[in-house]
Amino acid sequence: MYKYFPHTPDDIQQMLAVAGVASLDDLYAEIPDELKLHRQLNIPSEKSEMEVRQIIETMAADNKRLVCLAGAGVYDHYSPSLVSYLAARSEFSTSYTPYQAEISQGTLQYIFEYQTMMAELTGLDVSNASMYDGTTATAEAMMMCVAAAKKRNRVLISSTFASNVLNVVRTYAGYHGVDLVEVPAKDGVMDREAALALVAQDNVAGLIVAQPNRYGLIEDFTGLAEACHAHKALLAVNTMASALGVLKSPGEWGADIACGDAQSLGIPMSYGGPYIGYLCTTNALIRKMPGRLVGATTDAEGRRAFVLTMQAREQHIRREKATSNICTAQGVMCFYVACYLSLMGKRGLREVNEQSYAAAHYLHDALVGSGRAEDVFPGVAFLNEFTVRIPGARQVREKALALGYLLGVETEGMDDCLTIACTEKTGKQEIDDLLSNL
Amino acid sequence: MNNVYYGKLIFELSQPGRVGYSLPKSAFEGYSLDDLSAESRRGAEVELPECDELTVARHYTNMSNNNFGVDTGFYPLGSCTMKYNPKINEEVAALPGFNIHPATPAALSQGALRLYDEVQKTLSEIAGLSRFTLNPYAGAHGELTGLMVIRTYHQQRGDTQRTKIIVPDSAHGTNPASAAVCGLQIVQVKSTPRGTVDVEDLKPLLGPDVAGMMMTNPNTLGIFETEIPEIARLVHECGGLMYYDGANLNPMLGVCRPGDMGFDVMHINLHKTFSTPHGGGGPGSGPVGVRQGLEHCLPNPQVVYNEETHLYELRTDEHSLGYVSGWLGNYAIIIRAYAYLLSLGRENIAMAGKLSVLNANYIKESLKDYFNLPIDGLCKHEFVFDGLREEYAGDHHASDHVTTLDVAKRLLDYGYHAPTIYFPLLFHEAMMIEPTETESRDTLDAFIAVMQQIAEEAKANPQMLKTAPHNTPIRRLDDVKAVKEPKFTYRSLQA
Repeated sequence: MYKYFPHTPDDIQQMLAVAGVASLDDLYAEIPDELKLHRQLNIPSEKSEMEVRQIIETMAADNKRLVCLAGAGVYDHYSPSLVSYLAARSEFSTSYTPYQAEISQGTLQYIFEYQTMMAELTGLDVSNASMYDGTTATAEAMMMCVAAAKKRNRVLISSTFASNVLNVVRTYAGYHGVDLVEVPAKDGVMDREAALALVAQDNVAGLIVAQPNRYGLIEDFTGLAEACHAHKALLAVNTMASALGVLKSPGEWGADIACGDAQSLGIPMSYGGPYIGYLCTTNALIRKMPGRLVGATTDAEGRRAFVLTMQAREQHIRREKATSNICTAQGVMCFYVACYLSLMGKRGLREVNEQSYAAAHYLHDALVGSGRAEDVFPGVAFLNEFTVRIPGARQVREKALALGYLLGVETEGMDDCLTIACTEKTGKQEIDDLLSNL
Repeated sequence: MNNVYYGKLIFELSQPGRVGYSLPKSAFEGYSLDDLSAESRRGAEVELPECDELTVARHYTNMSNNNFGVDTGFYPLGSCTMKYNPKINEEVAALPGFNIHPATPAALSQGALRLYDEVQKTLSEIAGLSRFTLNPYAGAHGELTGLMVIRTYHQQRGDTQRTKIIVPDSAHGTNPASAAVCGLQIVQVKSTPRGTVDVEDLKPLLGPDVAGMMMTNPNTLGIFETEIPEIARLVHECGGLMYYDGANLNPMLGVCRPGDMGFDVMHINLHKTFSTPHGGGGPGSGPVGVRQGLEHCLPNPQVVYNEETHLYELRTDEHSLGYVSGWLGNYAIIIRAYAYLLSLGRENIAMAGKLSVLNANYIKESLKDYFNLPIDGLCKHEFVFDGLREEYAGDHHASDHVTTLDVAKRLLDYGYHAPTIYFPLLFHEAMMIEPTETESRDTLDAFIAVMQQIAEEAKANPQMLKTAPHNTPIRRLDDVKAVKEPKFTYRSLQA
């Protein structure tokens, strides 16, 4: 007997009789013998719950918990207790994709709330609820540009994206037959003139830009939407989600698509996942949008209720003609975001950004002001992440690790540079202690 | 779950001036977002709810009461493997030691990397393959990654003509959709009347332009494809690779391995076979495995144990297909699957599959006098009914003919989730039932009794079924209105 299997020996015998076979092995009678394993799998032996806990606790203890001053797309923001507490409710977590709307209003409603909040933050009309993370959401945005343009397959992407985003988008582009062209950077931001010149060639389906970019810098997208639209291309803006609370929104930039990672809105870092990618667009492009979408309607008694809708775009209906192969409705992660934003509200999201901004600027100024580091891109504004040149950066970062700090990430492609991030969790005393011991 | 409809939106509970958070006072003076240029800042203020903490707690708790999950009741949802999600898995996944930044150096995240490698190795043994990547985020993402492996393999041999992928007509929609995203053309192979791949129909499709073939085994109808060795031989002979969609792996656990059946590449849905919660549709996890000789094609980075340093490290390979994820996949889901694999162990894992098959056959045999069973004989973990038998459903042309949708909706009244309906497309009134091994005979008996009761109701009072459900928080929804008058945000609701 085993705790996850309720069958008694008597149950098994009686059920076998109904099934018309003599033994459990006979249930596999039609399978050719040479395909069968005929031995026990060579995997660990069964463990009690106490042993499982102890083994995995030992592994958890084998990871060093550092003061997090790294970003690169993942930010150590604080998430109120209520968020993970409610997300763990099994009515939410053990449910399936809400196909049966009559018994899934909980999931459908929080997804509708999530969609509303993401549309509000991005300044666009509609949000899906389906992307795995920011890297794949950006790849989906690229494919959406190509699908909307029909005959054009060239997409421009700013080379100032974090390298893991670029890596994933490049991979998708290669297999999907997209002619991906990377727009060079100039002084730490996308070279706008280069982008405009490429767009003007009239063979571009879309342009994808990053905000803040891989160095943490705030980019200026003035005129990009107009140029794109004049040449029948779409503009997609990828913004770190928490920053949407204070930075100019994709909608305000005139973007057709907003995409990115929403990890910064209340989702734990969890060594890389699960997160949720967001993807928003305008009403005009809904039918080109990938992924699940919840809409409001009424039930047979006229009550407002919610349902998965516009499914004619999706893989289970359209098969190879679908807008994407995406099947996930990133349910519980939508919940994290909706619940986090419900608690933080507009005031809290602003305050989180205000504090993250202040901590990052304090650390930046302390590093540069003390002569330990120098600005790489002086004069370009940043939010909560910045890049500085530090002589012997790798050794400095190693030393910080020994002191218990994850002092940013090494800036790819630039010698002796670190890209460092702060959040509202970054304490002044922590920074001061680090700097005095470094 | 209760049947009192809650239905409010958080925006309707918002009152200006309320707050639901607290942050420490900032110790940093002299810095303000107002120092950013006006052009880089938002013009319009963000409209987000303003609520106190209890309001939010009650709101989502009430909302959850209108939701059905595996912990609520039986979920016979075909192809979804809605087994019990053990709670120890949740606890260990939330350990603070795993809540670290993914850029933490490998030397300081050895525990996390070891766990990844343990799962990788365990899945390889279960699958009969050489190596897995756990980076793909979901089943469909795994399919896409696996197809990229296949394309990479051919391209690296200089064989660039292989642009076609063969998919059975009974396959999940994600198979052709993933192939299309991967830039492959889909060729459909027909099913025999028994629902298995028609080998004679397959033969003329094979040629030098075939990259591979995607299959599940058992297939979508719960039937084991006994001709799989011959199919694999034919596909390999023409130079293609065999892809195994792991959606239906559960019944095969410890009995029969995809690698031994002749498959070269596969994905596994951790949220199906290995008990991680479905979460209302996500997040999932879709590890991809390959046979020997294809390991270098897997996505970057791979977690590798260095025998010399005795440390786990991240390795990238220039012959890899590239990157499919930002980091190392849905890591916290992988932790849950590890806890499950440890719990089951080699002693119990095969029993999971066998009991899932027993449960499916038990329901099938108990209900086949009431529902049309298009394919008789032993099924594996699931099976398909083609609607109620005519003596219960009524005349096919009559307006009160009881359909599969009606039966599904009536099941909700009795406290069950519906089966997967109208899939696979091979049958008009398809009703796909997968009970999983974690359901007891008592639960199945009660379900069988209700299904029989519904059949009788269909005969006696079809109108009652046509308007079901009656006892759920809400009644049937107007799907057409949702499309014709699209409302995807609270703002559009107010307009």
